Amino acid sequence: MKTFYKKFSEKFIEGLLMLSGTITSLTVVLIVFFLFKEGLGVFDKKPVEEGYVIALSKSNPLKTLSSEQIKNIYDQKITHWSEIGGKPDSIILFRAEDISNFYSDEEIGENFEGLSTCINRLVDSLPDIIAFFPKKYLAKDFKGHELTVDKVSLKEFFGGKEWFPTAQPSAQLGVLPLILGTLWVSLGAILLALPLGLAAAIFMSEIAKDNVRRIMKPLIELLAGIPSVVYGFFGLVIIVPLIQKTFNLPVGETGLAGSIILGIMALPTIITISEDAMRNTPRAMKEASLALGASKWQTIYKVVIPYSISGISAGAILGIGRAIGETMAVLMVTGNAAVIPHSILEPVRTIPATIAAELGEAPNGGLHYQALFALGCILFLITLFINLAVEFISNRKQHNKH
Amino acid sequence: MELVDENKLAKNKKRNQAIAFWIFRILSYAVVAILFVILSFIIIKGFSVISWDFITKMPEEGMTKGGIFPAIIGTLCLVGGSMLFAFPVGVFAAIYMNEYVKAGIIKKIIKQMTNNLAGIPSIVFGLFGMSLFVNKLGFGDSLLAGSLTLGLLALPVVIRITEEALKSVDNTFRQASLGLGASKWETTRRVVLPIAFPNIITGLILSIGRVSGETAPILFTVAAYFLPKLPTSIFDQAMALPYHLYVISTSGTNIEESRPIAYGTALVLIFIVLIANLLANGLRKYFGKKVKMN
Repeated sequence: MKTFYKKFSEKFIEGLLMLSGTITSLTVVLIVFFLFKEGLGVFDKKPVEEGYVIALSKSNPLKTLSSEQIKNIYDQKITHWSEIGGKPDSIILFRAEDISNFYSDEEIGENFEGLSTCINRLVDSLPDIIAFFPKKYLAKDFKGHELTVDKVSLKEFFGGKEWFPTAQPSAQLGVLPLILGTLWVSLGAILLALPLGLAAAIFMSEIAKDNVRRIMKPLIELLAGIPSVVYGFFGLVIIVPLIQKTFNLPVGETGLAGSIILGIMALPTIITISEDAMRNTPRAMKEASLALGASKWQTIYKVVIPYSISGISAGAILGIGRAIGETMAVLMVTGNAAVIPHSILEPVRTIPATIAAELGEAPNGGLHYQALFALGCILFLITLFINLAVEFISNRKQHNKH
Repeated sequence: MELVDENKLAKNKKRNQAIAFWIFRILSYAVVAILFVILSFIIIKGFSVISWDFITKMPEEGMTKGGIFPAIIGTLCLVGGSMLFAFPVGVFAAIYMNEYVKAGIIKKIIKQMTNNLAGIPSIVFGLFGMSLFVNKLGFGDSLLAGSLTLGLLALPVVIRITEEALKSVDNTFRQASLGLGASKWETTRRVVLPIAFPNIITGLILSIGRVSGETAPILFTVAAYFLPKLPTSIFDQAMALPYHLYVISTSGTNIEESRPIAYGTALVLIFIVLIANLLANGLRKYFGKKVKMN
């Protein structure tokens, strides 16, 4: 009986352990599932808000318009139908609010009872009109025709240059400025952090005396432990005003501020990993080099660095990965303008910052919400790719050793 | 003639080395200086704000006055909740990985997945937590949803640290125990875990420091902008220190007037991280000495 009980509890515990062991895999699978389920939904939606219609006069030959064309029409960048393949007449813009310019209050009615008739008459009488109004005011015998708007396409999503997810009448979901902003800031960060981090790693592993190293190591760890929101706060009150003053800018919240803060945050990753790699250089190799008359410095750059180059690059890539995924600090210092950056002294907006700033306001399950999840998918794929690249590099090194 | 050249060469070599080493030294000290600038700035500016009232009072007047008590409590709840989840599960997962599963495809997959999980940005955890815990499971914005999200984030860290601790236990201990007729679980529980315990605890403390400062995962799962009362159940929203700092320094009602509060909040956050680091380092040294004595 006792052995049975013992055996049973052994098996039970093993099952429990196994369950815990699989939880990380399960979580990754769930993350992928939820992220992509919501994120891919964006390509099944139309950029025009649900419950609204865009209508043209019956005589207008155009049947469909892309979301960018609609936006340009309403921004009056496109003013003639001929620019998008229609008649050579100029476009008349109409929104439901404009109705009082055309009809009297009596005709519209106190509670907008007459609105659908008015819109119907208006669309019928003006052949060059484009009308945007709630679907409930679409008359039963509507004399114009409803414009079909294309669903959000992959090309529009990844190639679009404008991110206005809540724009009326048609949302603009171009993630290009966000992707470029993310890469821009991260690249700047790594350019700042790499020389500094490498120098510190070389110093700690090869030059510094043991007691100096023993002091520096926990300090670097501490640097890694400071919460990102504190870095962001520091950037906001020190670095942002500094940049504004130094470069005489209207605002100090720029890509440069983001790069500086992210660079500092990437330092511990770069230092720790490259230092580990350098310290793994076999003693015999170093001593052989020194015995041949090379100086310590020559040994470092001819032996230690080439030997540990894969570890160093792994550290650099991981540092970039950290920078790309970092949210709060960037959100606080980069100014968050969703435009394609032309210089490091302009505000930029990164993917994580966009998610953090906008998700709270996006209605659950709507186009905007799903677009933000799609951004999450992009971020997930970028970081996954970076992780796999790092693993590939470190594995290759192990093969070389044998 | 040749002799002179060689001397010159040696001189050049020495000079190059000296220059290079000085550059490295200066840059390394610059890294340390950055840390000190950030820390001392927050400490000096925040120190004058910190008082007993600041720590134990509710925020007042649009968060320009009063204290940060609910944010402190909220963060403590979140850290406790996430560790309650991540610690047992993470330690169990690590035991399974290190003691039970045999090297092979399953171990490889689990290892890969744990690595992948560790690489996922925290904002993606926030998205996930929101869609699974808040919406799908219907927890709403709550301590429960936030703790689980943070717990999942901390999981890879706990697993990695525990695994390393388990790996450092000498195999002869296991063999001796198994040889005496103990079962696998008995060996793990009575022999391996006690030896690995100090390192596991050290890692746990470090991950507490990490979790307490995370902002992105709690943005949409628990954090409340202004909630001058304490959470009473796990389904309540709560304030949290990092979110509080973010809000009052960027989008508060009166950014200039709430600056002192922001400095104070940053200092409390830094303080938690500092304590966690010091504690972890102290424990590492203490246990290190103890093992050597035996």
